[in-house]
Amino acid sequence: MSTTQAEVLKNQLPENWNMVIRPKRNLLDVNLKELWQYRDLIVLFVKRDFVAKYKQTILGPIWFIIQPLLTTLMFTIVFGNIAGIPTEGIPKILFYLTGIVGWTYFSTCLNDTSQTFIKNASIFGKVYFPRLALPISVVISNLVSFVIQFVFLLCFLAYFMIMGSDIAPNINVLLIPFLVILIAGLGLGFGIIISSLTTKYRDLTHLVTFGVTLWMYATPIIYPLSEIPEKYKFWIIANPMTPVVETFKTAMLGVGEVNYAYLLYSVVFTIVTLALGIVIFNKVEKTFMDTV
Amino acid sequence: MSNTIIKIEDVSKQYRLGVVGTGTLSHDLNRFFAKIRGKEDPTRKVGVSNKLNTVEGDYVWALRDINLEVGDGEVLGIVGKNGAGKSTLLKLLSRVTAPTTGTIKVKGRIASLLEVGTGFHPELTGKENIYLNGAILGMTKKEIDSKYEEIIDFSGVKKYAGTPVKRYSSGMYVRLAFAVAAHLEPEILIVDEVLAVGDAEFQKKAIGKMQSVSRSGRTVLFVSHNLTAVEQLCTRGVLMQNGTLVMDGKIHDITSAYKKMSVDENQLKRSGTRVFEIQEYKMMDLDGKPCDEVFLGDDFKVTIRARANEQIDLSDMTLDIRNDSNEFIAHITNADDLFYVKDVPKRGEVMVEIQVKDICLAPGTYYASVWLGNSYGTFDYIENCIRFSIKQGENLIKRPYPFDKRAKVVLASKWNLI
Repeated sequence: MSTTQAEVLKNQLPENWNMVIRPKRNLLDVNLKELWQYRDLIVLFVKRDFVAKYKQTILGPIWFIIQPLLTTLMFTIVFGNIAGIPTEGIPKILFYLTGIVGWTYFSTCLNDTSQTFIKNASIFGKVYFPRLALPISVVISNLVSFVIQFVFLLCFLAYFMIMGSDIAPNINVLLIPFLVILIAGLGLGFGIIISSLTTKYRDLTHLVTFGVTLWMYATPIIYPLSEIPEKYKFWIIANPMTPVVETFKTAMLGVGEVNYAYLLYSVVFTIVTLALGIVIFNKVEKTFMDTV
Repeated sequence: MSNTIIKIEDVSKQYRLGVVGTGTLSHDLNRFFAKIRGKEDPTRKVGVSNKLNTVEGDYVWALRDINLEVGDGEVLGIVGKNGAGKSTLLKLLSRVTAPTTGTIKVKGRIASLLEVGTGFHPELTGKENIYLNGAILGMTKKEIDSKYEEIIDFSGVKKYAGTPVKRYSSGMYVRLAFAVAAHLEPEILIVDEVLAVGDAEFQKKAIGKMQSVSRSGRTVLFVSHNLTAVEQLCTRGVLMQNGTLVMDGKIHDITSAYKKMSVDENQLKRSGTRVFEIQEYKMMDLDGKPCDEVFLGDDFKVTIRARANEQIDLSDMTLDIRNDSNEFIAHITNADDLFYVKDVPKRGEVMVEIQVKDICLAPGTYYASVWLGNSYGTFDYIENCIRFSIKQGENLIKRPYPFDKRAKVVLASKWNLI
């Protein structure tokens, strides 16, 4: 028997190894089952983020509300009163706050997950757990702050409705949970792609911070989509966040209408980004400790 | 081995040297172009073994062709000098990073302790950190719930469980961290140097815990420079050098080979003005035959030949004996025997013989240092230049089993029934 035959036979022997560590693994070999086994860890990471953020602060979780509120006031003064950008007949504060609450969830998801590898290098260098647990926990803990801000937004909405403003929350509010998933998916997808690339090319960290700010101006947050001149419209709609934010505003405030074709585009974009992100992240996580 | 639990096959690990992160784009492009032209990867140099100070090229092999099988329930000690590749091997096993070539097959769950307190958050309380750290190390919440009491008792910081760990003393912090780690229950435990924490009492507790873990039938891989701890815990050992496995066998053979390697490789440390210079030193038995082994209760001799480079008194000579943990065990000096050499002429040579009687140090390996000088300073001092071992024998003590490793000296005793 030649050696190759012997080797083949040997490889066929039933050996019940339950883990094999290899240099490179298949691109699509994403171990979601293992991630599920570590769900307790994800929960604990969320708790840690939440507790640690507001320990030793006097105002504590009130900061969740102060941030969007002050931003809204600033936008109202600068863009509403000084620049005079119209808000489709919606009270300015409400118009900006709605956009900001939606956008903040996206930008925090993207910003925080994009630092996954760099910020956690010391943990990753010492112990193994599915690396995706961290960005996912970030998305969930940001969801908690989103919910608080959303409730705050509802209070404002109720106040303006009682005061007789022309606002009409409509049946589209049923789309909101779906929109939130889209925002989370898009933020997570972009975030993990960037974090995977930053292990080698650190330049991206600088790009992200102001890139996200610029991105906000390309999304109808401080202006309504209807005010965009035709020649720019294509580019604004090509931004996958635009349909999401527009639908969110429509549902909450009752202006404009939901364009399902645009929304479908966002869904496809999100799925592709997220899938690509997971594949890249999965490839990088095995050896990033050597390059980070 | 029928019940192999870890099988490492042809594993190598390559690292890039220098400032990683700069020039990686150009390296990537370089590689890419080489690939599309069908040429060999220009940045990979094969065949350069890991000599830390003589490296060719930008890449280095931290591990080369490691093959190792570990059986179920074995407690394997991995020893070697810094840079031998021990920690890299553990990192591969604990999946912190992936090998460059080869495969590692494992049966069962692995928990690795490359550090204690991984992921501790200073703002969280002791209790919250136990849960977080436990989960990071692979426990589920239910498992931690059931072990929580045990963990907090073992750590001895029960009173402070509700205090943020940033208020802890460093000792408390480390004890809490170790307590979590010690209560993991995987099939395979990987431990790197974590016993070197805490005070003496806690270290004892930690080693005891590790011993009970290994006795409970779990497989343990242990890396440490503390050879005493390695010998206490492990049954089998492997010796690593420059990224390869050089020896595999019983733990005592491995540790003694390692100690020998460190003496052979370390250049002798020598200092002093050399006004009086040591020419030669030798250890012998009483018959004058050179030896490096003596039995308990025997005598031995050390001779020192030295030369004066100017006219001088040789008023102080000492022979210091240290054990293999570098603990100072004995200080032998000429003044004890009122022995002095006066007025040695320039270029004159003296030959001194020191007889050491009735040696009663615990069996083990020892190192003697020779010092010549006077009250103003050192003429010549050669550190740990004579290595010898003491065997138990039957001269001084007659017990039929090995001497207890914890004891440092041997006291002969007479036993009578009265």
